[in-house]
Amino acid sequence: MYEILKKTVWSAQEPRITEFVLDAPEIARAHKAGQFVIIIPRESGERIPLTIADKDAEKGTINILFQEVGASTMLLGSFKEGDKLMHVAGPLGKPTHVEKFGTVVCIGGGVGIAPVHPIAKAMKDAGNKVISILGARTKDLLIYEDLMRKASTEVRITTDDGSYVKKGFVTDELKQMIEVEKIPVDLVVVIGPPIMMKFVCKVTEPHRLKTFASLNTIMVDGTGMCGACRVTVGGKTKFVCVDGPEFDGHEVDYDEMMARQRQYLPEEKQAADICRKKLCHSA
Amino acid sequence: MSEEKKEGQAGQGEGGQKQAKPKVPRQAMPEQDPHVRAKNFDEVTLGYTEEQALLEASRCLQCKKPFCTTGCPVGIDIKSFIGLIQSKDYLSALAKIKESSLLPAVCGRVCPQEMQCEKVCILSKKGDSVAIGRLERFVADFQAKHGGGRIPKAAAPSGKKIAIVGAGPSGLTAAFDLTVMGHKVTVFEALHKAGGVLVYGIPEFRLPKAIVEREVKVLEQMGVEIKLNYVIGKIKTIDQLMSEDGFDAVYICNGAGLPWFMGIPGENLNGVYSANEFLTRSNLMKAFRFPEYDTPIKRFKNVAVVGGGNVAMDAVRTALRLGADNAYIVYRRSKDELPARKEEVEHAMHEGVQFKLLVAPVKVLGNEQGWVKGLECIEMELGLPDDSGRRRPVAKPGSEFTLEVDAVVVSIGTSSNPLLFQTTPGLGQTKKGYIEVENEETCRTTKKGVFAGGDIVTGSATVILAMGAGRSAAKNIDQYLKTGEWWSR
Repeated sequence: MYEILKKTVWSAQEPRITEFVLDAPEIARAHKAGQFVIIIPRESGERIPLTIADKDAEKGTINILFQEVGASTMLLGSFKEGDKLMHVAGPLGKPTHVEKFGTVVCIGGGVGIAPVHPIAKAMKDAGNKVISILGARTKDLLIYEDLMRKASTEVRITTDDGSYVKKGFVTDELKQMIEVEKIPVDLVVVIGPPIMMKFVCKVTEPHRLKTFASLNTIMVDGTGMCGACRVTVGGKTKFVCVDGPEFDGHEVDYDEMMARQRQYLPEEKQAADICRKKLCHSA
Repeated sequence: MSEEKKEGQAGQGEGGQKQAKPKVPRQAMPEQDPHVRAKNFDEVTLGYTEEQALLEASRCLQCKKPFCTTGCPVGIDIKSFIGLIQSKDYLSALAKIKESSLLPAVCGRVCPQEMQCEKVCILSKKGDSVAIGRLERFVADFQAKHGGGRIPKAAAPSGKKIAIVGAGPSGLTAAFDLTVMGHKVTVFEALHKAGGVLVYGIPEFRLPKAIVEREVKVLEQMGVEIKLNYVIGKIKTIDQLMSEDGFDAVYICNGAGLPWFMGIPGENLNGVYSANEFLTRSNLMKAFRFPEYDTPIKRFKNVAVVGGGNVAMDAVRTALRLGADNAYIVYRRSKDELPARKEEVEHAMHEGVQFKLLVAPVKVLGNEQGWVKGLECIEMELGLPDDSGRRRPVAKPGSEFTLEVDAVVVSIGTSSNPLLFQTTPGLGQTKKGYIEVENEETCRTTKKGVFAGGDIVTGSATVILAMGAGRSAAKNIDQYLKTGEWWSR
């Protein structure tokens, strides 16, 4: 059992964004930037893959962050400090390839900012100049700004509705940087909704700018056993859980990936409706 | 009930053994009606009653030189345990089996006895063999139902610590043996339940999960520590287990879990699954009880399962139980070559599974939303035998046709997971990607103190062979801990 030591609600606006600090010493010690865990909140729960957003190896804690968009994440959001999660397995997936590249642009969209955080930190520690671009729909949904400022050399922010800093999308800011300001960039790392990663790659591709995309597909076991998470990368089928989660962003078939992400929409809706009713009752 | 008729003709003893010739026919296994069971996840076969078990046991000739034991991969003293059933001493019969096999309730259900002990039973020469597997299951279930028996005692503590990677049949068997020998065993399991294929792969209707839980609990009572959610190679390396955590030896038995896909167009469409995914959702995650359980599974109307092994039968029968109107097996050879157990094939047929034999998939067809709408296939005929000795299927040009399905489950085998090799320097790998060992008996890998067995060495095989490897590994680990001797290539 894994105790929730601290719970932070980042945004009260629905769907809520919530963060847990979990007591998981061995995972904290083994974790490297880019890796994820699988969480099962309760006995009848499903296996939920969540990227580790931060850790404290000495205290033996890991941070996970999620948006309450489905039944399992709503259930997770109903857990309180001191509650225990039934199972946490990890760290899983290949760590990010970190070395001194020069200038690295780390792009996080929505809750994707959380998993980009340890990568930015590791890249900066490796001696890179890290420029982070954070995108959110609106100011209230922007997370991890302070942490990202610590982990980066420079931070740029966009909001879809213009409620904070600059109105626009992360792609606009990226274009501005490489096409207008002509900042020399050696690597781009992007994590966010598939559609955003697709368009970031469309911006970087003509510039032959190496781009890592970290994919968050549907998984069951998360250890290479089932292939639910498979994606086509460079014309070949890859498993996100063991071959990834990071791939050459220019090689990923995003349209196929997005279609696969929609597989369980009716079931997810059914479960979410039931969950809402139950949580309302228990509240 | 066809089985009963067929079995009713049996019962003649073989000459040369001078015992009285029993006239009792091989006792049929009571089972749920096929039409009923095809709609539920309860166990298909119900097990012998005591009367049936006694009748069946009475058919055993108690041969002076029993062949049955030679047919058993773990060498169970079959003659003795059946003799003990004859004298109604069921708990002693169980104890006799447990001298050689940890999991009789499991093996009595899923072992391919017809290829092993029952194949060489002397009665099979002129009729039907003794139903050894069913008797094995009977004594195990008898004890589970009525209690009795005791937790085996471990020898005095040796002070040695052993890590086992993988809580499947091989790991559980090795854990048992090593604990009895007095060693302290920790089993590391990647998933959140112990049992390996017994919990994620084999469905409830063939092996109720309560049985696996019961056996795991016995191990824990004996002092085996089972650590769940531990993906060795990720949270800890094999080297760390030995250098930091003080394990004196490691046994790797993490199975061959990486599913193969066919490499045909359309394989990543929505509605195409590996058998591992389909079965893991249903069995391990209990998705057949969604939304009571949180993991979803699709209830497709027309499902094609590609492959002809036991896993394919499990998948296709699961599809039926989830509500499919048409559940097909698509297999490129003929019925005689189906690798699945005959009993499983018959069960599937009785339940209404449709067999598309001598048919190979060519392409998965999709609709505009990216979902499967059909499986394009081609008819095959059998040509000359290939390397495996089976006749090679050859496509018949121009025989393409489309099977209208909304889901395709790929069940054509598995290979080894690359994860451990990536983080274990010095661990030798075979050309096929499995762990290299001195031989399957010693289980010694190319890394001192590290042993390996089961599917990760042999490729996908059976539960009983994995258990046999666990037993060999335990014996050789014990010896290594005493002598410190290793091998060199």
